[in-house]
Amino acid sequence: MPQATSEVAPADPAPAPPAHAHSTGIDFVTTLFVFMLASFIGMGVIRRVSRLLHTPLMSLTNAISAIAVVGAIIVAGGKDYPIWIRVMGAVALFASMTNIVSGFLITDRMLKMFKDKANEKSAAQTSKVAEHAAGGKA
Amino acid sequence: MPPIIPILIELAYLVGAAMFIFSLHWMGDPKTARRGVYAGVLGMSVAILATWAKPEVTEHLWIIIPIALAFGPGIWLSHVKLTAVPQRTALSHAFGGLAAGLVGTAKYFYWLHDEPAMLTKFRVLAILVEVLLGFLTFTGSLIAAGKLQELKWIPQRPWVYKGQNLVNLLAFCAVLIMGALLMANPTADHAPWLFIAVIVIALNFGWMLVMPIGGADMPTVIAILNAYAGLAAVAMGFVLDNKLLIVAGALDGSSGLILSIIMCKAMNRSFTNVLFGAFGQASTKSDAAGEAQQYKSESTEDAAVMLSEAQLVVIVPGYGMAVAQAQHKTRELYDALKKKGVTVKFAIHPVAGRMPGHMNVLLAEAEIPYTDLVEMDEINPEMPQCDVCLVIGANDVVNPAARADKSSPIFGMPIIDADKAKAVYAIKRSKNPGFAGIDNQLYFLDKTRMLFGDAKAVVGELAKHLSAGSGMH
Repeated sequence: MPQATSEVAPADPAPAPPAHAHSTGIDFVTTLFVFMLASFIGMGVIRRVSRLLHTPLMSLTNAISAIAVVGAIIVAGGKDYPIWIRVMGAVALFASMTNIVSGFLITDRMLKMFKDKANEKSAAQTSKVAEHAAGGKA
Repeated sequence: MPPIIPILIELAYLVGAAMFIFSLHWMGDPKTARRGVYAGVLGMSVAILATWAKPEVTEHLWIIIPIALAFGPGIWLSHVKLTAVPQRTALSHAFGGLAAGLVGTAKYFYWLHDEPAMLTKFRVLAILVEVLLGFLTFTGSLIAAGKLQELKWIPQRPWVYKGQNLVNLLAFCAVLIMGALLMANPTADHAPWLFIAVIVIALNFGWMLVMPIGGADMPTVIAILNAYAGLAAVAMGFVLDNKLLIVAGALDGSSGLILSIIMCKAMNRSFTNVLFGAFGQASTKSDAAGEAQQYKSESTEDAAVMLSEAQLVVIVPGYGMAVAQAQHKTRELYDALKKKGVTVKFAIHPVAGRMPGHMNVLLAEAEIPYTDLVEMDEINPEMPQCDVCLVIGANDVVNPAARADKSSPIFGMPIIDADKAKAVYAIKRSKNPGFAGIDNQLYFLDKTRMLFGDAKAVVGELAKHLSAGSGMH
């Protein structure tokens, strides 16, 4: 078995399917480029986020980093995997999906609360208090 | 199989990556931030569907069941009290780390048994980084969440022992050596055992790194763990040769990095200092040396009169406000003062609370408009004009020792200049020194009056006196 893998002969119906054949050294350099550029974009974009929103920012990036879900789906649902590996994938899928659901929901819940001026509901509240106070004054 | 499907999937990933970038871009402004969430949801949905559509993904039940099960805890975790958001965040870092670690492990063993040719040196390196960061983040974040939740069996105070850094260093060297051996020969007979040993060390590394860190440093720790979780996703991207994972992970990683830099700057400390120097160790002995000073306490009635006669009131909230759940009472106080024509501003220190932006969220929950929440650098020039500075459960972030006392452990940390206000009222639960165990000279100034008691009760009384008094003046 190790022989067949160390020398991949073109005539050999190799165990490695052709879909994976492109993963050469050059590809990794491309991926490193993507990583570098994405990091710079990340720095630029995140630096502009107001300090006001750092907590929601953190829960949003939490949800986004649950992109590990992609790997989890491949492992949990891939056709060739033995059960015990599939179980790891399923647990990973559960964990990242929990992060996706809770991360996006709580971010939205927090952002809904940020208001630049008192909204109608609280305005109504204050006007009620104001009426009360005015009554007291009179 | 027409080659069109793989191309479509890659294009879908491209759209997903763009959506994530838009998501964070829109997050920059409170006005567009919610749009950012929708972009994120869209990007994530596209990514999930595209992956699910891959021809090699055939076992649909194995996908549907975990996804369905995840909605329960997911929704539950999104409805925690806002004071519990720091521990929720730490917990989800733990989940993220666990997912990355498990996928890395699964991939390694799959390739080891079925396609050893896939285990190139570069890919083994990527798997090792993924597994190390993933499992380290898992246990580290669990401990952080436990500390934030104030679980009884996890010490709040830094937990240190002699030679701690040496043990950590040795563990790190062991991982390096085992990693090098694995890379040299990823398919050897002993390789699986080495791999499992790396996992075990990574799991132990996580809690060993976080246990020595005290509660006051949690904002930094959470941000660093955020960065680790992102980098674990990047490593997974290298393992799976998936550029969407790399982009999303890099965005997350840079967010964590920037937040931790901000947190470190706000405490005038370096990364290494936070990670390897336990806080609050040197401070306890300086307490004993200082002679007992007298607090001047005052009743809430008198404080309310003082507040009502002020023109500018600056409120400095801290972790104490969160613990006492006092944000809604604070809102009542804010309303009562506004009604009397007093200008009220909230001075927010970057490390107030237990995570970045913690105070802002709590005050937003109480429907205080964010335009009245002012950052430290903006409020400090205004402090001499401030008539009354009301400190609610904050301590170190207003301690003038940070400016003046070179021997203080917090010397050099930027603070909110509460001591420059014309008068100071400080609400404090007890007469003990604060979290870090450092005495605060602010409390002993002539212009300072203490209001002892639970923050929620005291603020509530102040608000009550103010609105009751409004009829008479």
